[in-house]
Amino acid sequence: MIKNISNLGDAAVYCDFGSEVNETINAYVINYFNHLTNLIKDKKIQGINNLTPSYNKLIISFDLTITTFSKLKEVVQNINIEKNILKNNHKIEIPVCCDDEYGLDFARLSKKLNLSKKEILKLYFDKEYFCYMTGFIAGMPFLGNINKKIRCERLETPRVKVPEGSVGITEQFSNIYTFESPGGWNIIGNTPKKIFQKLNLQDPALIKPGNKVYFYEITKNEYLRFND
Amino acid sequence: MTNTYFEILRPGINTTIQDAGRNHLYHLGITVSGAIDQRNYKLVNNLVNNKLNDATVEFAYQGPLLKLNNGNINFAITGDVFFNVIRDNSKIEEGKCYQNYNLKDGEQIDIISTKKSAYGYLAVSGGFVLEETWKSFSINTKAQIGPNNGKKYSINEKIFIKEANLKNDKNKKINYKNSFNNVVRIIKGTNFDYFSNHAKNIFLNEEYSVSRLVDRMGMRLDGPNLENIVNTNIKSEGLIRGVIQVPADGKPIILLSDHGTIGGYPKIATVISADLDKVAQFTPGTKIKFKEVSLAEAEKLFKDYTDETNKYLNEHN
Repeated sequence: MIKNISNLGDAAVYCDFGSEVNETINAYVINYFNHLTNLIKDKKIQGINNLTPSYNKLIISFDLTITTFSKLKEVVQNINIEKNILKNNHKIEIPVCCDDEYGLDFARLSKKLNLSKKEILKLYFDKEYFCYMTGFIAGMPFLGNINKKIRCERLETPRVKVPEGSVGITEQFSNIYTFESPGGWNIIGNTPKKIFQKLNLQDPALIKPGNKVYFYEITKNEYLRFND
Repeated sequence: MTNTYFEILRPGINTTIQDAGRNHLYHLGITVSGAIDQRNYKLVNNLVNNKLNDATVEFAYQGPLLKLNNGNINFAITGDVFFNVIRDNSKIEEGKCYQNYNLKDGEQIDIISTKKSAYGYLAVSGGFVLEETWKSFSINTKAQIGPNNGKKYSINEKIFIKEANLKNDKNKKINYKNSFNNVVRIIKGTNFDYFSNHAKNIFLNEEYSVSRLVDRMGMRLDGPNLENIVNTNIKSEGLIRGVIQVPADGKPIILLSDHGTIGGYPKIATVISADLDKVAQFTPGTKIKFKEVSLAEAEKLFKDYTDETNKYLNEHN
């Protein structure tokens, strides 16, 4: 449940669900997010511009000409999540090619983790992931938790350009770069699947908070033919 | 549809379409975008009798050189901008911001540069022909969303105009006072106590200057380092316009309209809503100072800001 509600500036509500990162806390965040999304859809609440769920926080930004922090704080305080379960258990499969031309950081990872590329990939693919949040850049999913044996910090010097489709890992998380972007995650492969489609106006982001995600390995040939 | 359009003879540094912004998509990683100076954006629409949330052309520093083809229009420019109107007899007329002008077929608008500020706005009566994406016309160049395939304008591209033949109804002017001041009012951030007492003192009392690393995403500041005594990273969480983050190098970054939706740097403060337009207009080298206010004061200052905007908008009604 919410531990603390404070203001972030004069036009946002900062809801703190605790300091840890785990699926129970994140499920609360997503349940509050879903509840507020429904209130907006049903026009039962005025002035909210955006909701940003993350691992353990929910930020509600609003139009200060329409509402205020104190009004929205009261709304949030009155939300009661009886069962902290997520209905949206949609499962998504993501193909990844890990050839060295796509998996850019195996040399670094092998050295840091003391594991071979094969061992790293076995531990990476042998797991179901949970989407904690989507963002930073459009559609980028933050997935967890990766096996403890393959957890590694970010690159000391981030790349100026990480190629679109790159699959990265850092600490307990994995992500997918939906656009070419600067970034410091360890890159283990690349997916040919479109994770963010701006032309799909109804549903542009393939992976949303609360979704389950599986990765599977494909060959370079399969990678190149994937979108044929 | 008309065939009236601006031909872009020189694109300028960062010329895009912007409006009130794109909401309800932060949770998918799509940022708000929109005019970086919302007051000047509303005023330019008002000057040509458009709706206040119509799409406008936003430019930064050096603006575009635009040639009108196949029509006669009425336009206005707001901001602190140096521009000329090049008439069809090649006569150059020096332009004034905050008033509307007629432009005839073949004539040009040469937006030479902004003066003491970064951004300016151009609107035409009746608006532009543009495709809407998620209820907004704003161009988000990072995610390539919006008109012109989500890209800033390049040479020889066209911006189509809805109304081909507009008679000048009446001259409209706003007596706009550009009251420059360098004090940025803030509310303490959610990670204010990550910083040493010395750092807090520096932040609230010393001068910072706007660095050259500034764009629509954010503004990096130069000045004394802010010592973090807890952790230079936080668990990534949501961001909003106006948040001031401090990464490990100790130099603050103010987030602007195209900011990333999630970030992992501690938040020392947030700029109050009333000062967001002002901050976005600072140019590199500008010296600024932060001043802390309470939430109640910030709400009052925002009401004053809104009243002042409305006063300008109502000058003619």
